[in-house]
Amino acid sequence: MEDNDILNDLASREYEFGFVTDIEMDIAAAGLNEDTVKFISGKKNEPQWLLDWRMKGLEAFRKSEMPHWQNFKMPEIDFQKISYYAAPKKQAKYSSLEEVDPELLKTFEKLGIPVHEQKQLAGVAVDMVFDSVSVATTYKEKLHELGIIFCSISEAVQNHPDLVKQYLGSVVPHSDNVFAALNTAVFSDGSFVYIPKGVRCPMELSTYFRINAENTGQFERTLIIADEGSYVSYLEGCTAPQRDENQLHAAVVELIALKDAEIKYSTVQNWYPGDKEGNGGIYNFVTKRGACRGDRAKISWTQVETGSSITWKYPSVLLQGNDSVGEFYSVAVTNNFQIADTGTKMVHIGANTRSRIISKGISAGQGQNSYRGLVAMGSKADNARNFTQCDSLLIGNKCGAHTFPYIDSKNNSATIEHEATTSKIGEDQIFYLNQRGIDTEQAVALIVNGYAREVLNQLPMEFAVEAQKLLSLTLEGSVG
Amino acid sequence: MLSIKNLQAGVEGKQILKGINLEVKAGEVHAIMGPNGSGKSSLASVLAGRENYEVTGGEVDFDGKDLIEMSPEDRAREGLFLAFQYPVEIPGVSNINFLKTALSEIRKYRGLPELSAKEFLQLVKDKQKLVEFEAKLANRSLNEGFSGGEKKRNEVFQLAMLEPKLSILDETDSGLDIDALRIVSNGINKLRSENNAFIIITHYQRLLDYIVPDFVHVLYNGQIVRSGTKELALELEEKGYDWLKQEYHLSESSNQ
Repeated sequence: MEDNDILNDLASREYEFGFVTDIEMDIAAAGLNEDTVKFISGKKNEPQWLLDWRMKGLEAFRKSEMPHWQNFKMPEIDFQKISYYAAPKKQAKYSSLEEVDPELLKTFEKLGIPVHEQKQLAGVAVDMVFDSVSVATTYKEKLHELGIIFCSISEAVQNHPDLVKQYLGSVVPHSDNVFAALNTAVFSDGSFVYIPKGVRCPMELSTYFRINAENTGQFERTLIIADEGSYVSYLEGCTAPQRDENQLHAAVVELIALKDAEIKYSTVQNWYPGDKEGNGGIYNFVTKRGACRGDRAKISWTQVETGSSITWKYPSVLLQGNDSVGEFYSVAVTNNFQIADTGTKMVHIGANTRSRIISKGISAGQGQNSYRGLVAMGSKADNARNFTQCDSLLIGNKCGAHTFPYIDSKNNSATIEHEATTSKIGEDQIFYLNQRGIDTEQAVALIVNGYAREVLNQLPMEFAVEAQKLLSLTLEGSVG
Repeated sequence: MLSIKNLQAGVEGKQILKGINLEVKAGEVHAIMGPNGSGKSSLASVLAGRENYEVTGGEVDFDGKDLIEMSPEDRAREGLFLAFQYPVEIPGVSNINFLKTALSEIRKYRGLPELSAKEFLQLVKDKQKLVEFEAKLANRSLNEGFSGGEKKRNEVFQLAMLEPKLSILDETDSGLDIDALRIVSNGINKLRSENNAFIIITHYQRLLDYIVPDFVHVLYNGQIVRSGTKELALELEEKGYDWLKQEYHLSESSNQ
């Protein structure tokens, strides 16, 4: 009895965010050169130091080579065919929602993003980024009263240049890797957050990224600084239209947590994954890194990755301060022809630092899911501890799961624990649940959610429910 | 309750059940015995609705409904329970969560109101006590890391929780030590009532000392070749299956 006969071919769930918004756009000509960089910088009225930094990025990009170590076939990307800037024409920074193109507002509402503060999810401030620009940010005044800065990075460059200059590129330098270099050169917008000393941000901050224009790439840059003793929880959400060509998303996120500060960064990624045959879909190649600069600082990354044609990212934490803590919780789903090569790097530098990695891969269809993790214990990381749990769940016989753990320890008193499991949802399990009165769709949901629970529990409550639904939806039809 | 008429079924083109006739009424316990390969587990799978088995003839009536037409989950919701010979493990799904979901579906189907968390937990406690199932096992993932005996006892615990009309026990006694056998049998006996029925599939007479059947049937080569009472089981224990096989082949050849 072949599983193939019984497990039907996957019906890719309807990607309900695949629509295109029809509004007047300002789109730069395709191609990547000094003029492109100057164009973007000019559009944003940037100071010279920033333009110079972009140029360094361009230079580094030209000198760098595509990596070869990834566990998938690197797609050919013609960087000259991509347009690096697209913005809605009726754009200047909006001081109120009335100035925003109503089509844009409709787009976000269609995506379920609360645009008007009255319709808000209680206590969530949102920055909406459409293609290359931030369109609106809610609750700015309220946050401003607490001294919290939450705005687009373009705005931050204008209004808080010193802060930006001090921290931009301090965690992910311009030459860090090829996609970071590219991002440095052409980054468009993104969010900037600064939480002052001792302040606990009273609401979830979130940014919602929507790619709309064709043949463009999305290169956002996010910078979050939590000053001593502060706390912030931040959520990133994303979708893109259904297109036949692949689009590149090469973002960079830098987090800085000073002494006794805590940053919680969650991502629910739902970029267009490509169709059932594997055509189209977003290439999600992002560099995310956090630095616990001060003692007892804490940074935790939580990600639910269900979309994208290829997901390639390693949200990492540099544990510089003594007693600092890094956490990584991940659920990555690959269905149909999706690929994920994701994981984390926990770099222990200070003493008594701790890190925790929980990675749950789910592969279905012909998806390929790789976990790649590095735990590095530096020579001064006395009594540092790491715990890693990386699990794989396979649905059907044609998918794959792979694990590449790297451990590099230069300190005898550091402890590293690694556990890994692989399990399969097969016909037999589904039938067992059927025989207890549970239908197949519910059975898959039960199994997947039970499996991913530890990670889902890390998400802010409102998003945990959405993420759960998204998981079930992504795997709909994966078991016949 | 259950009426099987001339049931024929096969898997991958091979005919396994070659015309089964069986009547099970409420309150009865039927034992099905037979040598290896006779089709005992296949019968259980066909009744439960396992997809790879194809029904090629006959009919099965379950309380006035056509069982073969129904999906496996609907059969369960109608009150059919199969205690598996080899229960699978489902990591990540807790025993409790799973039972809650199953019970909820079954109650919904029958138009019964949902149990509150408190009522549900009370039910769990009561049933655990009834079938002597340890509390700590209930909090673990479904069958994960359970020994063979624990898995079988989990099947009986689920049976107790879901209160089915007709339970099919597929070689529940296999892999059980003497104590586990006693506990499982006690549990089943406590659950017997005039409103439900049991089909017990087993190789060995021993289980039938504990769970005394009303009827014993012998399955050989996809057909029921002999029916009797519990004495038949004792006769098999003494003489083995050969005499029955010979009788069967003799009558088959004389029919030709």
